Amino acid sequence: MAALCVEELLARAEQRAAEPHPSVAVEKELELEFDLGNLLALDRNVPPSMPRAAGAQRESRLRSLARDNTQLLVAQLWGLPAERAEGATGPLVAQLPEPSYRLPREKPLPRPRPPTRWEQFARLKGIRRRKRTSLVWDEAAKQWRRRWGYERAGGDPARDWLIEVPAGADPNEDQFAKRLREKREKVARNEFNRLRNIARGALPGRGLHPTGHQSRAELGRATQVARVSTASLGRFQPRLPKEPPAPPPRGGKKRHFEPLLGDLAAERSRQLELLRGLGSKKPPLDLTRAVNKQLREEDAQAAADKGKKRGQRGKRGRQRPGGGKGKKGGARRQQQRRPAGRKRS
Amino acid sequence: MEALDRVVKPKTKRAKRFLEKREPKLTENTKNAILIKGGNANLTVTETLKDIVICSEKALCCTVQKKNITRPFEDQTSLEFFSKKSDCSLFLFGSHNKKRPNNLIIGRMFDYHVLDMIELGIEKFVSLKDIKNSKCPEGTKPMLIFAGDTFDLNEEYRRLKSLLIDFFRGPTVPTIRLAGLEYVLHFTAMDGKIYMRSYKVLLKKSRCKIPRIELEEMGPSLDLVMRRTHLASEDLYKLSLKQPKALKPKKKKNISHDVFGTSYGRIHMQKQDLSKLQTRKMKGLKKRPAAKMTEEDEGISPKKLKSV
Repeated sequence: MAALCVEELLARAEQRAAEPHPSVAVEKELELEFDLGNLLALDRNVPPSMPRAAGAQRESRLRSLARDNTQLLVAQLWGLPAERAEGATGPLVAQLPEPSYRLPREKPLPRPRPPTRWEQFARLKGIRRRKRTSLVWDEAAKQWRRRWGYERAGGDPARDWLIEVPAGADPNEDQFAKRLREKREKVARNEFNRLRNIARGALPGRGLHPTGHQSRAELGRATQVARVSTASLGRFQPRLPKEPPAPPPRGGKKRHFEPLLGDLAAERSRQLELLRGLGSKKPPLDLTRAVNKQLREEDAQAAADKGKKRGQRGKRGRQRPGGGKGKKGGARRQQQRRPAGRKRS
Repeated sequence: MEALDRVVKPKTKRAKRFLEKREPKLTENTKNAILIKGGNANLTVTETLKDIVICSEKALCCTVQKKNITRPFEDQTSLEFFSKKSDCSLFLFGSHNKKRPNNLIIGRMFDYHVLDMIELGIEKFVSLKDIKNSKCPEGTKPMLIFAGDTFDLNEEYRRLKSLLIDFFRGPTVPTIRLAGLEYVLHFTAMDGKIYMRSYKVLLKKSRCKIPRIELEEMGPSLDLVMRRTHLASEDLYKLSLKQPKALKPKKKKNISHDVFGTSYGRIHMQKQDLSKLQTRKMKGLKKRPAAKMTEEDEGISPKKLKSV
């Protein structure tokens, strides 16, 4: 009896092995494109067109197409590196790659904000942020108290019933009011600096206030940016009737380019002048400049003497530019003064 | 602008967290969708919207309860207002009138302004309730399949494909349970129509490791027809596709692989003086100074002589 059962079992097993298992092969004209990060498959084959197919027939055709495509996608997914999560009996989990299909972002890229004045200074000096301890030892209370907030280390500032008048201060001044005023000023200055840092961070065109409370300088910068942006192939926006004409191109002496074939005589004379200067041994001296410099110095000296004499009356000596020592002027002082003859007004 | 860099700073931590969630980031949050009903939304349209909520995850969709009498193709301000208030970058607007029956507008936003909008007409709709089958759990990440060459050749279809992927994709996950791949959304572009079908996947035994797939119809099925479109200009679209450089994978230098799978690394060294190289020391081979050797010889020999 037992032998028969065993034979039966073996026969059944053979039968099962001989049975053809359903295959997983799918025939397609063009290979599908896969993006496994998104669990996406793109089939480029032309679908079998069924213009007049009835509902049920079309459904079955669509379903078979879907089945084939899904089979290919699942085959790809099963090919990914997989491991058993949570030990040997856990579910089989596959590692998905990064999604490769490019989809648009929902918000623009974040702009890095420019460093504030303090941050620039700290970077220059190499100052780094020191981590502060959260608790501070309070000597008076002989315990560790928090740095700020409820029961802070320095004692409650509101309970100060006494402020000593500092040595040099006016005895009739209200120290409490003074402290309050100083705190308010500090807060206001901090807020002002913070807003200034934010305004500095905004680009010239983008930082425009919607209701128009804008400084003249900022508006000027914004219009400049707009004028450059709307230009194309050398054609700029026409200026408004009352707008001042365009300022000459910036650059001063060094970036001022003459046309190639301009005044040839002027060019010739300029080049020769240059050569002469290079060839001569003596340094070139601008007479007028030297004389004027010397005269300015003398005026400054006279004004300083006058100012010292006046002294406490409150009239400060007029500050004149060019108060430095002029070697050239000093040498030629006696000789050049007469011929130059500056008009004294 | 970060939360701390605004003109009006947030006063509570909760407000700060709220603002930080909405500001632009390097890796963005999963896109949310907002479903809006138009002036005359009939049963088909409302049912479609409800079913789509169930298809994609409920947490990623917000619905507006009241009907809104707006025309998205004429005036986009109300859509942008909704998007800004609810921080949703995808939207579905359903409406119905005689000229455009069973209308569905699917669209997405970039920086709270409309990027792309495509109007689709629902020709046939079979809802979840009508198909009496077992459904897969809500919120499963669907597999998306697009069949048909029109999805590549036609520009509008291409954008529609991108929109649909964006819509139904769900959150990006690093790993996935292979047995949990139960849901498939199959889009076929054929004869000027787009057939959307959702199937439940049954994994059967097969000869090899890869299971054989059997599909069972479940979920909403839609027959759509493309009507009007409002696509973003090329440069705006390119701007929205821009990815931050920081997210690009860093190439590892000095590592190469050969055909057999062995990986080779390169190390760059300075020039070494091989004579001064530290090696194992053997005392017997130590070099003795020559003078010392001769002294020793002389020293030894007289002794020897003496002894002899």
